Amino acid sequence: MNKSLTWFNLTALILGFAFLYIPILILVIYSFNASKLVTVWGGFSTRWYVELIHDEAIIDAAWVTIRVGILSATFATVLGTMAALVLDRYKKFHGRALFSGMVYAPLVMPEVITGLSLLLLFVAVGMDRGFWTVTIAHTTLTMCFVAVVVQSRLVTLDRSLEEAALDLGCPPFRTFFLITLPLIMPGVVAGWMLAFTLSLDDLVIASFSSGPGATTLPIKIYSMVRLGVTPEINAVSTILISVIAFGVIVASVLTHRAQVEKEKAERAVFLGG
Amino acid sequence: MVQRTLSSVRPFLAKWALVAVPYLWSLLFFLAPFFIIFKISLSQTAIAQPPYTPVFDGMATLWDKLSQLSLDNYAFLGSDPLYYSAYLSSLSIAAVSTLLLLVIGYPIAYGMARAPKSVRNALVMAVILPFWTSFLIRVYAWIGILKPEGLLTLLLQALHIYGPDQQVHLYNTAWAVYIGIVYSYLPFMVLPLYAALEKMDHTLLEAAADLGCPPLRSFWKITFPLSLPGVVAGSFLCFIPIVGEFVIPDILGGTSTLMIGKTLWAEFFNNRDWPVSSAVAVVLLIILVVPIVIFQNQQKKA
Amino acid sequence: MTMAVGPIKRKFAPWEDSTLKPLIRFENVTKRFGDFTAVDNLSLDIYEREFFALLGPSGCGKTTLMRMLAGFEQPTEGRILLDGKDLAGIPPYKRPVNMMFQSYALFPHMTVEANIAFGLRQDGLDSSAINTRVSEMLSLVKLEKYAKRKPHQLSGGQKQRVALARSVAKRPKVLLLDEPLGALDKKLREETQFELMDLQVELGMTFLIVTHDQEEAMTVSDRIAVMDHGVIAQIGTASEIYEQPASRYVADFVGEINLIDCKVKAVNGRQLTLASTAEAVEIVADSNDGDVRVGSDACFAIRPEKVRISLEPPPPGASNVLCGEVWDIGYLGDISIFRVRLENGTIVKATMANLTRIVERPITWEDKVFLTWPHEAGVVLTK
Repeated sequence: MNKSLTWFNLTALILGFAFLYIPILILVIYSFNASKLVTVWGGFSTRWYVELIHDEAIIDAAWVTIRVGILSATFATVLGTMAALVLDRYKKFHGRALFSGMVYAPLVMPEVITGLSLLLLFVAVGMDRGFWTVTIAHTTLTMCFVAVVVQSRLVTLDRSLEEAALDLGCPPFRTFFLITLPLIMPGVVAGWMLAFTLSLDDLVIASFSSGPGATTLPIKIYSMVRLGVTPEINAVSTILISVIAFGVIVASVLTHRAQVEKEKAERAVFLGG
Repeated sequence: MVQRTLSSVRPFLAKWALVAVPYLWSLLFFLAPFFIIFKISLSQTAIAQPPYTPVFDGMATLWDKLSQLSLDNYAFLGSDPLYYSAYLSSLSIAAVSTLLLLVIGYPIAYGMARAPKSVRNALVMAVILPFWTSFLIRVYAWIGILKPEGLLTLLLQALHIYGPDQQVHLYNTAWAVYIGIVYSYLPFMVLPLYAALEKMDHTLLEAAADLGCPPLRSFWKITFPLSLPGVVAGSFLCFIPIVGEFVIPDILGGTSTLMIGKTLWAEFFNNRDWPVSSAVAVVLLIILVVPIVIFQNQQKKA
Repeated sequence: MTMAVGPIKRKFAPWEDSTLKPLIRFENVTKRFGDFTAVDNLSLDIYEREFFALLGPSGCGKTTLMRMLAGFEQPTEGRILLDGKDLAGIPPYKRPVNMMFQSYALFPHMTVEANIAFGLRQDGLDSSAINTRVSEMLSLVKLEKYAKRKPHQLSGGQKQRVALARSVAKRPKVLLLDEPLGALDKKLREETQFELMDLQVELGMTFLIVTHDQEEAMTVSDRIAVMDHGVIAQIGTASEIYEQPASRYVADFVGEINLIDCKVKAVNGRQLTLASTAEAVEIVADSNDGDVRVGSDACFAIRPEKVRISLEPPPPGASNVLCGEVWDIGYLGDISIFRVRLENGTIVKATMANLTRIVERPITWEDKVFLTWPHEAGVVLTK
C-alpha cells in the first residue's frame, strides 16, 4: 500500500540527506587538495596522505586508538550483553531500579561529567592515567550502548526456544552458548561495532582519563584543529570515515543479503509447496 | 532433600554471577565516581598534586571530616555571574536546538517512513552512517564551510548574492553552534521519530480519510499524536547531552558562546581547579536529574 | 501392566482399574503468581499410554499445569509425581518429559536434522546411534527429503512435524503438546489430529495435550479434563463430557447447548418434573444424581441436535413441547441451525441434518414451529 512519495516527502529527504552528507563530502574532496589553504583548490594531490604516513605522532595515536577501541569494545560487549540479559530476564530483584538507571543514564549523560568523575576516581584510587584508564572509561561508556542494542534483540527472541533446549536435556549454561548466543549474535556484533566506533570517536572522556603516552587520535586531531585547519586533518578524517563506512556498509550488505536469501527461501516454500 | 537444595543452588549462583559482574562494574565506574565528584566539590582548592585536599583520607574522626567540608566552591559558583549565565545559556541553547532538530528532523523521518519499503532500510542506514563517523571530524568539517573566507562565502560570491568583498560571519557565533548541534544530533532525533512513525498502521489514515478527515487534519489528529513517544524520546536524547556539550561550542562557537561544558573544561584543564569544576559538574547533574529520570522511564516503557 | 492384551478394539480405560498406579499424579497442586492463583489445589491422575487433554479457555491454568510438569514452573504448594517419584527440584533438562511448543520453537539456526538430533546429543549418544534415530524420526513424520533444510524453508505443516519429531526423538515417558495444531488451518488440523492419534498408538507413549479447541480435544484424547479458573470442572471421556456435563460451565463450554432455568416441581424416582421459570412450560427429564429436592433451582440443558423441530403440532398432552417462531436460519451444508424465538423472547437452538438434497417444504423464517424432545435427551444441572 505504498503510494509514491509526495513532493513534500521527497524534498524533505533530499534536503535532509544533502545536509547530512555535503559537509563530509567537502571534507573528503579537500583532503586531495594540493594547496595548503583549505578553501583554495590547488589541484588534485595525495601529498597530505604521504605526509600523514610520515607523521609518527599521528600513527602512534592511531595505534593507541585502535588498541583501546578493540579492548574496550570487547569488554563492553561482554559486560553489556550480561547487563542486557539481566534487564531482559530478571524483572524483580533488589536493586534492579538502580541497575537499569546505571545502564540507561550514560546514554544521555554529558561526557564532561562522566569524564571528570572517572578521572577523579582514578586519582582517588591511585591509578596512573594512561592506556588502561582510557580503556576502562570507554568500556564503562560503551557497555550501555551495547546493552541497549543487545536488549532490543533479546526482546524479539522467542523464549520458548530456550525452554525447548532445556526441555530436550540441555543445561542452562550450554543452552546459552548453543541457542541464545547464536540467535542474538547480530545484536552482539552490532553492539561491538557501535562500541568500537564510539571509542574511536571519543574526545572528551579520553581527554580526562588519558595521560602521557596514551594520546588517542581524537585528542591528537583536536590539538591540531586548535592550531588551525590543515588539509592533513582532512586526510586523517577521510581515512577514518572510509574505514568506518566500509565496515558498516559491508556489515549491512551481509545482513541484507542473509535477509534476502531467507525471504527468497520462504517464498520458494509457498510456491513449491 | 539434599538433591533438591544442590540443584536449586547452582542456577541461583549462575544468576547471581550474571547480575553481579555488570552491576559491580557500573557501581565502581559509574556510580562511585559521582560520590567522589560530590566529595571533591566540597573540598578546598590546594596547590598540591592532585590539586585538592583529600577529604576522607586516613582515620580522621567524623567531626574532623565534617569540619573540613565546605560549601565554598558552591558559594563561589553563586557569586560569579559567569557560571550562572553559562548554565542559563546552555539550557536555552539546548532548548532552541532541540526545537530546531524536531522541526528539521520530523519531515525527514516522515519522508523515510512513507518511502517504499524496499528503500526504507537503505534510508535508515544512510541516517546512521554519519553517526558512525567521528563526531569531532563532522564538527571540524563545518569550519571550512563557515569561515569568513570559507566555502559558503565562496558559494554566495559565485552566485553573486554577495559582493566580492562581502563575507559570511557565522564562524565563532551562536549560529555556528546551532548549525553544528543540529548537524551532529540529527540522527538522534530522526531515528526515534522514524521508529514511531514507521510502526504506525497506515490503514488508520485510510480509515480517517474514509470517515471524511482531510489529510492535513488527519496528520494533526492521528499521525502526530501517535508519534509522540518518538518525539519525547528524540527530544530527551538530544536535549540532555546538548546541555553539557563541549566540542561543538569549543570548535565552532569561539569565545562568544558561553556553555557550561566549555566552562567546566576550562576550569579543569586551564585553571586546574578540580574542586570548582567538580562543583560545576554537580550543579549540572542536579539540573539534568529530572530530564534524565523522565528519559529513563520512557526507555523502560519502550 | 495387569491388563490383558486383547484385540485392537479392546476398551482402553486404565482409570477404571483400581489396581493400576497412575504415571503422572498431581497432588493438591497450587500455583500462584503474586496475587493471581493460576492453579488451585488441583489433583489429577494420568495413566500410562493415555492420550489426555486439558481443555479450557485461555487463562484457566491449563498451560501452567503443563509447564509445571515440564519443570518450567515450580508448584507453590503440592507435589507432582512421575512414576511415583516427586519431581520437585528436578530441573527441566533432567526430566524424562518432552514438550512440543505452541510456537514449535524450532532452532532457526539449525537444520531440520540438527533440530531433531539436539536432544539426543544432550544425552551423549554416539553419532551413529543419533543418525539412525534421526532418520527413523524423519521417516516417521515423512520429512526425509527435508533433512538439510532450515526451519524458515519449511511450510507451517512441515514445521509442526519437525517439532513433533524433535520432541519424541528422545522417547520421553510423557509427551506434552501445547496447542500443537493451533497454527494450522482447519483442513490440515483435522488431518493432523488423526496422525497424532496413530503416532501415539505407534510409539506407545503417554500424551498430554493442552488445547482450547474442544473438537481437537474430543477427537484425539482418551480422557479430557475441562478446566476453569485453576480447578478441574470435569474429567471424563469425550462422550461423558458432551452428554453428561457435570455443570453449567462444562455444558456451555463444550459444544452448543440450550440452557433453560427451572425449578424442580416433582420428583418421581429418577424422573423429574421441572417448571421453566421464564416460560409456562413443563419439562420432564431424567435426574443426573440423587441430590434434587422439590422446589430447588435447576438448569435444564439440551443440545440443539437433540431438539426436534416441526411444523406439525404434537399430540395434545405431550410433555417437553416448546413453541415459537423461526427467527434465524443458518445453513451450514451438512446441517441447518434454527434459532427459534419463544413467546417471552428466549432463543432456543435446534439443528437438523440435511439428509436429502432437496427438501420439499423447508421450514422458513417466521414459521410457527414446535420443538420437542424425549425425556432422556436433556440433562438436569444443579451446579
